[in-house]
Amino acid sequence: MHTNLTVNGKGHALDHDTRTTLLDALRETLGLKGTKKGCDHGQCGACTVLVNGVRINACLSLVAMHDGDEVVTIEGLASGDVLHPMQQAFLTQDALQCGYCTPGQICSAVAMLKEVAEGQPSQATHDLSGRISLTDEEIRERMSGNICRCSAYPQILAAIRSVAGDAA
Amino acid sequence: MSSVKDWAVPNPVSENRSGIIGKNVDRYEGRLKVTGTAPYAYEVEPPSAPAYGQAVSATIARGRIVAIDTSAALASPGVKLVWTSENVPKQAARGERANPRSQRASNPAMGSDAVEFYGQTIAFVAADTLENAKAAAALINVTYDTQPATVDFLASLDQAEMPPGEDDTEIGDFSTGYRESSVKLDETYFSPIANHTQMEPCATTAWWEGDKVTVHTSIQMVKGGQHALAETLAIPSDKVHLITRYIGGGFGGKGQSYDDLTLAALAARELNQPVKVAYTRQQMFQATIHRPAVQMRVRLGAEADGRLNAFSIEAITHCARNVPFTEHAANFSRSLYASPNRLTGHRLVRMDLPGAGPMRAPGEATGMLSLECAMDELAEKLGLDPIELRIRNEPTVDPETGKPFSVRQLVSCMREGAQRFGWERRNPLPGKVQDGRWLVGIGMAAGIRGNFLLPAKAGIRITADGTVTLSQGMTDIGTGTYTILAQITAETLGVPLDQVRVELGDSDMPPAPGSGGQFGAATAGSAAFETGMVMRRTLAEMATGDPNSPLFGVDPTLVTFANGNIALENRSESLSTLIERVQPEGVYVEGSISPAADARDWSQHTYGAQFAEVGVDVVTGEVRLRRMFGVFAAGRILNAKTAKSQITGGMIWGIGTALTETNPIDPRYGSFLNQDMAGYLVPSHADIVNVDSMFLDEVDDKANPLGIKGVGELGICGTGAAIANAIYNACGVRLRDYPMTPDKVLKGLIAKGL
Repeated sequence: MHTNLTVNGKGHALDHDTRTTLLDALRETLGLKGTKKGCDHGQCGACTVLVNGVRINACLSLVAMHDGDEVVTIEGLASGDVLHPMQQAFLTQDALQCGYCTPGQICSAVAMLKEVAEGQPSQATHDLSGRISLTDEEIRERMSGNICRCSAYPQILAAIRSVAGDAA
Repeated sequence: MSSVKDWAVPNPVSENRSGIIGKNVDRYEGRLKVTGTAPYAYEVEPPSAPAYGQAVSATIARGRIVAIDTSAALASPGVKLVWTSENVPKQAARGERANPRSQRASNPAMGSDAVEFYGQTIAFVAADTLENAKAAAALINVTYDTQPATVDFLASLDQAEMPPGEDDTEIGDFSTGYRESSVKLDETYFSPIANHTQMEPCATTAWWEGDKVTVHTSIQMVKGGQHALAETLAIPSDKVHLITRYIGGGFGGKGQSYDDLTLAALAARELNQPVKVAYTRQQMFQATIHRPAVQMRVRLGAEADGRLNAFSIEAITHCARNVPFTEHAANFSRSLYASPNRLTGHRLVRMDLPGAGPMRAPGEATGMLSLECAMDELAEKLGLDPIELRIRNEPTVDPETGKPFSVRQLVSCMREGAQRFGWERRNPLPGKVQDGRWLVGIGMAAGIRGNFLLPAKAGIRITADGTVTLSQGMTDIGTGTYTILAQITAETLGVPLDQVRVELGDSDMPPAPGSGGQFGAATAGSAAFETGMVMRRTLAEMATGDPNSPLFGVDPTLVTFANGNIALENRSESLSTLIERVQPEGVYVEGSISPAADARDWSQHTYGAQFAEVGVDVVTGEVRLRRMFGVFAAGRILNAKTAKSQITGGMIWGIGTALTETNPIDPRYGSFLNQDMAGYLVPSHADIVNVDSMFLDEVDDKANPLGIKGVGELGICGTGAAIANAIYNACGVRLRDYPMTPDKVLKGLIAKGL
């Protein structure tokens, strides 16, 4: 079947198998292998990408569901040689080891900060009426869909904190 | 052979004139990883469009395949081949080793119609697309003759036997010593099956050029993988080019190759086309190795002052029926505490399960869960502080071999940790600190993990533009190997770090043993250093022997290397100038490291002290970590940033061990109950609160010329026990059955009337 979508600002017209996931379309068809396949079941978060600005697990989504969508992957975050601030923070804080969960962590973190700025509450939000304070607890809760088996969590927190600033 | 005395003399790394050693430099390959451009094995671009392979797994634990219907799969769209044990290309028989120097023997895929574990590969499909391969794999219909299987460890303890070639270790007379001790402890602890759960599933991309195969695969040991494939395919190892540049987690589970490697290579040859094969997450659980369960009986006999008079750990563990492996859960204890009477040993149950094998700190990670709890229990019986009890049993020499310790800072780790953590605020009476519905407690444990150096080689090339390239058949599984090798090379040759390139993970490169057993940095790093020293001598002789060099005629042993220059006093020239003039094609040298002849005259270990504070929910029995701090002594630290990531990651592994990680066997099928990451619970971000660590200053000049030791496995040693002890201190419930899930805690709380 046929799907038109934009990935990292570039339009693509895909003729694809109905069974193809967004993840496999990115990796195998478009050659964007920065998005990782860790579990293929939406349990690890390694395949996190942004669809119309919202983070999703690309493995749980068929590419056929994304006609007209704008997808941003890890390859779309940097501006040329200049890293996205979140990428730079992950590098500086050593918020990675094996690196396999890293693209998903970074995409997730970028979208997560936007969700907080938009006032979307989480399980860790204590006051649903006011502006959300980006506490460490909020960051940990909101990043818990992204598993890091090397367990760089303390550095991931530090990286996100360095981009977002102190808790408001 | 060299002696440790040769290692103790000052050298460029110990002098650290440029200050690159120990520096917090960013991860060498970090930019590639944060931009998603580091190609892992499945992501490598093959020379032409690949076919996609999919393995099919057995669904019984033991038996034979009576019939296997592949007709629907063969007729399925896009299918290029379907293999079973009946038609898979011929491979060498299992265990065959045509070349006696091969590090690994043949390990054929689908070598017979026998099923030896649930998850074993019984069929394989290759198709034009991943979707077609998966769909066809689902159409294969298998009829089994199922045979009785041994899959329940605790119900099979009576089948435990002495592991092959082993014996118990007894010093003094344990039974008499134990009998005569005034305070005794006799408890049994259980550590369950655990899974590595690397983020990247095992994967291989393979293609052939003539009679030579190139395989990009996710493996910790380059030579091991190359030799295993060569033996299995019955071809010379120089016909296998194995490359493994980026590895999405190993932890011991990728110390060996699996059927993805074999089948990708076989199918690529058959189809005359590149083939990619990845394991599914379910196959990662079922078809790779796991950490086996261990039951440990600990007996401690002490005098009233706390000194141990008798000490024993007897561990029973399991392995696959035809794949010997022993989780040596008692070994660490032979070097930990003083006691005149000692008995340690292991027993092994052969089971019809997937292969048991090494997982981060094999032996220590499980074993310390028992003894370090038992010491906490003994301290309470004696009315002693747990740290004080350990200090009273601190040995002056290795308690079993009598050898001196190379350097041992265990007591310093405990004291530093106690002070920084606020140990003096601990109430020794359990259940006395409450914060709302949470009972709060703190606990500690000691940690020990051996240090090793294996033989390794490396190569260094310097080109006329001054670029220094270190190449080594070593791997970086996320440990920071690229980074520390760049630092060692830069400091040894006196060149800026940004002038150094590091190339790893290729079987054509000078071999190193790979990543495992906490020996990677010491082994690969020492080889890089020795190669750097060879390069220094080569360049010094080149300069002092060249009439056009300002250093002509000076004593080559006196020249210095700094800032990219070779110099003696005010005479100097840059390395690039020298090479461009004398050898414009560049200079390449190789070097190697071997263990010193006398290195094992010292007992060599890394040490740590783990401190944990937990809250126990009195209503639900849930345990939440509140903070954790570890103090470690592991020789010279090459990169404070990556070392800290390593050690903290290890601590977090210990938190998973203590609280969530277990994989019971379904007794009906012999399968793991948890076959995905929603069931097998590794720590998630929300679980990990305030985990921090530090290293003590240390140089171990008996370890290697760099004075370094490994940090990859130390972090998990003792961690789970510290949490168990904190749970006891919080609520008075003593659990000896890991992980300490709410159901177990709650049972204890109810029994205490809480």
